[in-house]
Amino acid sequence: MKYLKNAATLTFDPDRCTGCRRCVEVCPHCVFEMHDGKARITDKDRCMECGACALNCEFGAISVGSGVGCAAAIIRSMITGGEPTCDCGAASSGAKTTDCC
Amino acid sequence: MINLSSVKKKEDCCCTPQKNKNFLARTPEITGQAVKSLSNITRERPEWVTGILNTRSGLVPIVTTEWTRTDRIGQIRSRLGGYRMNYSVRPGLYAVGAPDSSSDVFISANYKLSFDILRRALRGISGWILVLDTRGINVWCAAGKGTFGTDELARRILGVNLAGLVSHRRIIVPQLGAAGVRASVIKKQTGFHVHFGPVDAKDIQAYIRAGYHATPEMREIGFTILRRLVLVPIELNQALRKSAAAALVILIIFGLQPSGILFKSAWTGGRPFLLFCLISIITGAAITPILLPFIPVRSFALKGWLAGAAAMAPLVTLTPLGGTSALLDAAALIFFPLMSSYLALQFTGSTTFTTISGVKKELRIWLPVYIAGLAISIVIIILYKLQSWRII
Ligand code: SF4
Ligand code: SF4
Repeated sequence: MKYLKNAATLTFDPDRCTGCRRCVEVCPHCVFEMHDGKARITDKDRCMECGACALNCEFGAISVGSGVGCAAAIIRSMITGGEPTCDCGAASSGAKTTDCC
Repeated sequence: MINLSSVKKKEDCCCTPQKNKNFLARTPEITGQAVKSLSNITRERPEWVTGILNTRSGLVPIVTTEWTRTDRIGQIRSRLGGYRMNYSVRPGLYAVGAPDSSSDVFISANYKLSFDILRRALRGISGWILVLDTRGINVWCAAGKGTFGTDELARRILGVNLAGLVSHRRIIVPQLGAAGVRASVIKKQTGFHVHFGPVDAKDIQAYIRAGYHATPEMREIGFTILRRLVLVPIELNQALRKSAAAALVILIIFGLQPSGILFKSAWTGGRPFLLFCLISIITGAAITPILLPFIPVRSFALKGWLAGAAAMAPLVTLTPLGGTSALLDAAALIFFPLMSSYLALQFTGSTTFTTISGVKKELRIWLPVYIAGLAISIVIIILYKLQSWRII
């Protein structure tokens, strides 16, 4: 299953890539593959913006805007002007422990 | 690199320093403090703790890889969203089987279900489980929030003196934790090399046998019908919780008469609408998620709207539920598919492939549509009331 076309904010700079393979290891949607000793993006539309690749690329070759993707949180942030925060954050007060996010 | 032998312990949970040099001493010298924490552990001992191991990192509970009935019931309840309270285990170190200094270290969240799934996956092997304090949230969510994160992991590794416990320098972190854990920083701060394990705990043993190598299939997070089905009860639960208000509004609209609110007309007039409401909730929060790949558009709002319209149109036009008033039919056809659409859009929060930029993009289009649809429905309902009171 894929989400909207061309909506993901993933960018990749091959010049900085050292071919360490970390991004291939962490991406849960196999967005990266190795080619000629460097990473490359296979299909950007599969990216879910989890941020794992950008966080774990030591060489700053990847950037992606990541955050919580539930609509209610985004609507709230649109209204309040803040960053979207997910309901499950209420867990700090001992509330929900669902699979949601 | 930090000299690990000089690192002070920050944790006080059950990590009493041991004097004996033997890794697993047969007759441990139990200090006063150790006796206290030992009795603490045994007194509150959960069913899944089968013993205590005396290690260089202190007393470590041994856990079973079997699930008891309580574990299974707990799983079902947490999947139904029934736990308003914390469903968590105490963070810290645990042992599976009879681990020694060469055994693998698995990192987990302190959401009880995450922990249970991991220990069940370790059946037949020995290892250490290091549970992070994610405030009772699963790995995936907690990684997004940063509680399953670099700082917490580094703190725990140093806190339990993992470097003194095992002779190797590798830890296995669930792949879905990678969004919160920066492997290079862990390496720098603790000396441990992070291996990101497979997405699914059930692949862990195959992963280890392959020399800490995951196949592309193990790396990919699917969103199978089973996964979606598991999520449906929570979605429905949350949507239905909020629907009480909608039901009340419907009853008031239909009960409202020039002479006051009449219960009888509220019930007879409102009944079809209550049913519509229920059906559009089920369509948006259950049917759409289940049929996700079969609704041939990518936008979730549109998927939900299509499903809602497909359910609502025949009901309103072909069954006796509609038909009493053209105005009411119009309001139902405008409002309820949009409600399904909104609920379907909510489901993006639970999928494994939607993006925040995508949801924002959808909302920029659909939020005005929702507001307009709601406004039009209200106007139509007012017209209907005026008409039925013979004011116009
Ligand atoms: S993690 Fe960064 S440097 Fe390593 S292969 Fe991927 S893009 Fe290249
Ligand atoms: S943000 Fe997540 S899904 Fe997207 S490419 Fe990076 S690791 Fe893969």
